[in-house]
Amino acid sequence: MGRASRLAGRGGGGVIGGRVTLLVDPDALAHLARGRRSVLVSGTNGKTTTTRFLAAALATAGPTATNSGGANLPFGLVAALSSAPPGGLAALEVDEAYLGPVAAAVQPEVVCLLNLSRDQLDRINEVRLLAGRWRQALEAVAPAPADARGPTVVANADDPMVVWAASGADRVVWVGAGLSWRLDATGCPRCEGRIQFTDTDWSCGDCGLARPEPQVTVDEVALTDQAGRRHPFTLSLPGQCNRSNAAVAATAASLLGVDEAQALAAMEPVADVTGRYGVVRVGGVPARLLLSKNPAGWMEIFDFLRPPPSPVVVAINARIADGRDPSWLWDVPFERLAGRQVVATGERCRDLAVRLRYAEVDHVMVEDPVAAVAEARRFGDASQPVDVVANYTSFQGLRRAAADA
Amino acid sequence: MPERDSAVRVVVVHPDLLGTYGDGGNGLILARRLQWRGLAVELIEAMSGTPVPASGDIYCLGGGEDAAQHRAAAELAEGNPLGQAVDNGAAVLAVCAGFQVLGRRYPSADGQVRDGLGLIDIDTRKGGGRRPVGELVVTPSPALGLPQLTGYENHGGLTTLGPDAQPLGRVDAGVGNGGGDGSEGAVVGRIFGTYMHGPVLARNPALADLILTSVVGELEALDDSEAELLRRERLEKVGTSRVTDRSRWTARLTSRRVSG
Ligand SMILES: [Zn+2]
Repeated sequence: MGRASRLAGRGGGGVIGGRVTLLVDPDALAHLARGRRSVLVSGTNGKTTTTRFLAAALATAGPTATNSGGANLPFGLVAALSSAPPGGLAALEVDEAYLGPVAAAVQPEVVCLLNLSRDQLDRINEVRLLAGRWRQALEAVAPAPADARGPTVVANADDPMVVWAASGADRVVWVGAGLSWRLDATGCPRCEGRIQFTDTDWSCGDCGLARPEPQVTVDEVALTDQAGRRHPFTLSLPGQCNRSNAAVAATAASLLGVDEAQALAAMEPVADVTGRYGVVRVGGVPARLLLSKNPAGWMEIFDFLRPPPSPVVVAINARIADGRDPSWLWDVPFERLAGRQVVATGERCRDLAVRLRYAEVDHVMVEDPVAAVAEARRFGDASQPVDVVANYTSFQGLRRAAADA
Repeated sequence: MPERDSAVRVVVVHPDLLGTYGDGGNGLILARRLQWRGLAVELIEAMSGTPVPASGDIYCLGGGEDAAQHRAAAELAEGNPLGQAVDNGAAVLAVCAGFQVLGRRYPSADGQVRDGLGLIDIDTRKGGGRRPVGELVVTPSPALGLPQLTGYENHGGLTTLGPDAQPLGRVDAGVGNGGGDGSEGAVVGRIFGTYMHGPVLARNPALADLILTSVVGELEALDDSEAELLRRERLEKVGTSRVTDRSRWTARLTSRRVSG
């Protein structure tokens, strides 16, 4: 089955197998999850990386099933669990719109909630609505007998949407994981009032919903755990957002008996998450591939890029998996790319070119991504890989182009 | 070039509430198109929670979620800064939720009727069927002298025009106002309402210049060749989409969701 799936060109083999299983047995996910100690990871950004970190940490304690290819719908979860031996541990990434049914089926021990922001506007049109559905889902998996244990939620204290959702759960461990994009969190999810932010804090002026004091924090040097112990760590992956992802994963791992130091040590060597951050050759040109598919994701990308005047290729598609409406490009402060040459590429490179024009950023338009990478090389230091930032399906296309080369 | 002794004030109204679909771009586009022609511009982002200035020359309102729309309407009703500005000759571009708010009535998510600002003679009610989401192509009313318009719609409400409102245009593809008369948007004096995101002015620079000239007078042409490429691509895409309906449906069935 895995082989057939790969031949069919869907990538991330095993998804077809998953689909067939689910058609035959609608309770497949619940059956496959029974007897496992599972952690679910959801959120708009960072869930693939966090799941990868978590799987690395849990694997130090025993066999761990995971959907590492990023197939995060129920089909993909069935495929991931059915290809692993029964029992053991599971680190599962879940699409944010499917958290409710997946949690009900899997009965996880831990649920990690990272963040919620605008993404695929044609599909998920209300971020606050999604936060409300998460909350209901967590209330629903709280077990009926009062003495039984529902899942522990590891949640980002810096995102009001996540805090509102998580406070529906029995037990929460709050992590100060940061929030780089606040425009989707200005309306209070509880009362429709207005959330006021300071640099490090937030609260609702009307109902008093406020940032809980995080029990776990992370800085440039170390994670500080619930007991106040500091665990210094250095990741191979760049950026503060990935340190936050590691803090969430380490906290979740500790709840399953893998202590933070051991968990973080397992995450440090992770250098490539399903092709992200890795240097590949695209049409013979070395390129560093970065994934960014919404404004919140872009806020983190600016810090990863090589400094100006290094060029950057930006690849934008708007297929179903990307969201059909790329108007989010106008929420990204592309003005910050000034001083570089940008090569706009992908199926929606024209939308991007118009955006860059109004941002007054120098750019050229090359629709074919492979040709775009070659074009960018002309503008930079040829000894350095070209930075390429792509949204979802354009990223997959570039990975395929790199693999075929 | 028109003579002005002060900067043109472009006000983006409540981008924290009415900015879900990139519509804040409209304000930036208007400001840049003035700047590139040598005019002084002040681009003001009027966040919610503080009074919206009534002294603007052009106001932009965008789309937003239900609760945010309700909050924006309530804040704008206080002191009616938009109404004052319009009386003083200001232009308004209002998109989707912002468009609905300018009318007499608009619905909440659960179908409750809420009072709008009453600046234009439109009435919006909750749609019964599927939410119109997709490309929207419009032939503008001839009096506007504009080329075909392109945008992306995503709304739950259906809007009907009263006798004092003219449509922005007639729907060629998509739903638009959805009131049964095939109209899209509304124009009343210098107030332009539409369901087109994209943002609408990124895809339709001629509409941007129509709004600008209504405030500052005649303007020289700009190089819009990139916007022209975008327009042509979008219009062609919709032109062929009926033929490829079947393949798109298949793609929908087999598509996988995205990982973060
Ligand atoms: Zn509140």
